[in-house]
Amino acid sequence: MLAFEDVTRVHGDGERAVRALGPVAFEIRAGEFVAIMGPSGSGKSTLLSLAGALDQPSDGRVHLQGQDLATLGAAELAALRRRTIGFVFQDFNLLPGLTALENVALPLELDGTPGREAREQANEALARVQLERLTGRFPDDLSGGERQRVAIARAFVGPRRMLLADEPTGALDSVTGELVMRLMRDQCERGLTAVLVTHDPSHAAWADRVLYLRDGRLVDETCAPETGSGSPVLPLRG
Amino acid sequence: MTVKNSLLAILAQEPAHGYGLKSAFEESTAGAWPLNVGQVYTTLARLERDGLVETGPSRSSSEGERERQTWNLTVEGRSTLEGWYRKPVLDDPPARDELAIKVLLAVAADQVDVAEILQIQRAASMQRLQELTQHKRRADPEAELPWLLLLDALILKVKAELEWIELCEARLRGRRP
Repeated sequence: MLAFEDVTRVHGDGERAVRALGPVAFEIRAGEFVAIMGPSGSGKSTLLSLAGALDQPSDGRVHLQGQDLATLGAAELAALRRRTIGFVFQDFNLLPGLTALENVALPLELDGTPGREAREQANEALARVQLERLTGRFPDDLSGGERQRVAIARAFVGPRRMLLADEPTGALDSVTGELVMRLMRDQCERGLTAVLVTHDPSHAAWADRVLYLRDGRLVDETCAPETGSGSPVLPLRG
Repeated sequence: MTVKNSLLAILAQEPAHGYGLKSAFEESTAGAWPLNVGQVYTTLARLERDGLVETGPSRSSSEGERERQTWNLTVEGRSTLEGWYRKPVLDDPPARDELAIKVLLAVAADQVDVAEILQIQRAASMQRLQELTQHKRRADPEAELPWLLLLDALILKVKAELEWIELCEARLRGRRP
């Protein structure tokens, strides 16, 4: 789904050049949920911008759905972003003058989906985040957790298959943050690919894989162990 | 101390026999701390000596089963239990923490790569956190409430450990020339 091939991102040039990321190489499979952790300034957000085709590498290649992003023009990149990738941010980024349903339907309509069809798909996406009863509410009438669920529905509505989330739980209390993680996890079970940037290890732990960055490089990677559905006593006794 | 108060807490619900106490304790604590039945009987003997429990009538829990000695809470036992519930639990003095001791000794030693120790520990703790989170994901929030609450506690302990490792790394990096 997403592959970084020896990707480096340098800001500025000459003596003032600062390497924000790289070289890093990794692959993320379709349906996988990957968390990126690391201290501030380790390159997490740079990595997410490159994955979302919002930025281009100084060196190396980023492949998204088998396409080398460097071979695409600006219009093709914009179309790829609209159709493939959904973004979720800490501050929700919902339009205050639109209802939850209209916010979710908007990217589809901008991409040419007829209004009625866009609203049907938006309704379905909102049902998947358990907000079917609040579709007519405006963002100001929703709680923080509900707003973030609208943002998540908007991120995977329609044909989009990849969700990139930058600290989506940063503004939420622990119970609501956990609900947002559970929803992201559930969407990945249904085939969505998700990349989560977070400072919170207990949220990263919802992912299949956790990549740890330091000074722009991947320093380690952990995969969720296989756990059976048997007796819950085992992990403590073992 | 914990076993003693746990038995008082269960007897406060209803009189029980020794094996019933073991089962009730394990059920309430999601089976995380298995009790051996011998430990239950020696603790009951001590509680009786201190006047906190007393023997009740012998009963069989189902027809055909042999009768077993039941135990009741005394007034003094109830008051001890109430005192325990109200007394906050403070880790004071702190329990021995192998990870902290290991890291502090590594920092004091000349020939040890502390960064590597921290990195190995972080990967292992992160994987433990992922494992606990998988259990949490599967837990039924109503039928398995004790298990879920216990998982929350364990998860937050590992999270604190990971945050401490990150702080150690940042402080040690700041110290380097």
